Amino acid sequence: MQRETTTTGHDELRRQSRLHSWAKYLQVFGTFARNSLIRDMTFRVDFIIQLISSTSFVIMNLGFYLLIYQYTNSIAGWSQFEFFVFIATTMLVNSMVQAFFMPNVQEFSELIRTGNLDFALLKPIDTQFLISLQKVSWPSLGNFGVALILLFYSLGHLSDGAPSWAGMLLYPVYVLAGASILYSVMIALAATSIWLGRNQSLYDFWFYITNFSRYPMGIYDGRWGTPMRQVFTFVIPILIVINVPAGILAKPLDPAYWKLALFAVAATVVSFWASRLVFQKALRSYRSASS
Amino acid sequence: MTARILTWWTILRICVEERIVYRGDFALGTLMRFLPIITQIFLWTAVFTAAGTGSIKGYTRNEMVAYYLLAMLARAFSSMPGLASGITLQIRNGEIKKFLIQPIDLITFLLLSRIAHKLVYYLVAAAPFAFVFFLCRDFFSGWPDPGVIAAFVISLVLGFLLGFFLEATIGMIGFWFLEVSSLLFIYMLFNFFFSGHMFPLDILPEPWFTLVDYLPLKYLAYFPAAIFLGKVSGPDLVHGLLVETAWVAFFMISARVAMKKGFNRYSGYGG
Repeated sequence: MQRETTTTGHDELRRQSRLHSWAKYLQVFGTFARNSLIRDMTFRVDFIIQLISSTSFVIMNLGFYLLIYQYTNSIAGWSQFEFFVFIATTMLVNSMVQAFFMPNVQEFSELIRTGNLDFALLKPIDTQFLISLQKVSWPSLGNFGVALILLFYSLGHLSDGAPSWAGMLLYPVYVLAGASILYSVMIALAATSIWLGRNQSLYDFWFYITNFSRYPMGIYDGRWGTPMRQVFTFVIPILIVINVPAGILAKPLDPAYWKLALFAVAATVVSFWASRLVFQKALRSYRSASS
Repeated sequence: MTARILTWWTILRICVEERIVYRGDFALGTLMRFLPIITQIFLWTAVFTAAGTGSIKGYTRNEMVAYYLLAMLARAFSSMPGLASGITLQIRNGEIKKFLIQPIDLITFLLLSRIAHKLVYYLVAAAPFAFVFFLCRDFFSGWPDPGVIAAFVISLVLGFLLGFFLEATIGMIGFWFLEVSSLLFIYMLFNFFFSGHMFPLDILPEPWFTLVDYLPLKYLAYFPAAIFLGKVSGPDLVHGLLVETAWVAFFMISARVAMKKGFNRYSGYGG
């Protein structure tokens, strides 16, 4: 009896401390975000120029697809405005990845090379959390706004009518899941720089890998395309990052995307877990270079 | 004269040796640069399938893919990574001073080191390029006439010169603004879309095509590829090459003028 109360007492304590640590991590992240905003606001003109330049890239890219739709009604079954929903989704996910993870993960390779990772390891906080979220690149969120405008505009022009309620409710969840999958791939890639010593072409490699995810998965078809699609869906699940949220929103009547949506839940969890495993394993091989 | 040629030769040799240091990374990087072509092949296949027509503005699917490969080759000549930003960096940190003191011309030095850079690049990249073109040989409908190939090679060399002097001119703007990274970004953006790197320029509707046709950017990617595919021939081809030469001369002069004016303005900041 006595023992049981202690156990429940322990559990209660543990639960509370876990809650407490969640709150703590949230608070720490708030500080990171605030500091980054202050830094970005110090160079205000630069901030605005960055906003303008990333937005103009997006607009030109949109122009490219407008051009393509001059010559065809669909790309792999996606009509123009369905595809614009797809592009908006790509922008939403990418702007989140670029704002929260990209600057940090790029810095991570540099931390390893210079041996400055020591300082991150010494801090009484989860190392992966610290090195993944230390900096927030606020200008990258500019595209988030542009993407939302594009999204709502395109949704209003869908020929098959409004998207379903289920689609609209689940869309944000799957956008977040997509960002999480991309983060997992990215951090796993970055962790390999512990073994390789340096990983300068990480950004390039990252760009080329995610390049595959920016297109409707239907285009990967045929003798070479089908196996490629399967690998990038089931092994490295980068194809579901955009296709699932965009599919359930723009093509709610297509059952294929709902089946994929179920799989996407598992894929998100497994990729995050696997990437954390890789990260921790890599961390154990860290030899603290040149410090 | 002999002394000068000897200087140039030495510069060229040093730059070649400098570039050879990282050859492994280099070859891998080149091969990876072809990955986006794969998605372009799939994308255009999907577009052509959905469109149902055999050709779009005179391009069949195979020609479209061939176009991307050729544009990539043209970019290997005309793209100048780090040239403009390198010049502005040297202006900012004061390294440019050495060209004021030493009897070496800045633009000649940059040109030589760029030639060395490119030579090594072709040496290392030849294998990956040949490999990819071999894999994609079915997208091409055989070799064009020797005359066309000659024009193609000339356009590649002119493209290299145009790319070099154009970016050098932009770099010299650093004498006035110090920080030109945002300007460079805009240039890169325009370059990406209006050089023909992203799509063949002649699928643009009017008035866009006429507009882009007047810009020098099209010579950096579109023009050589169009020559190879036989989209430009006869008097148009000659005219195009002449206009390109004029652009090269224009930027050659403007880079030099900007450098002279810049040197006069320069107040020697940095260590």
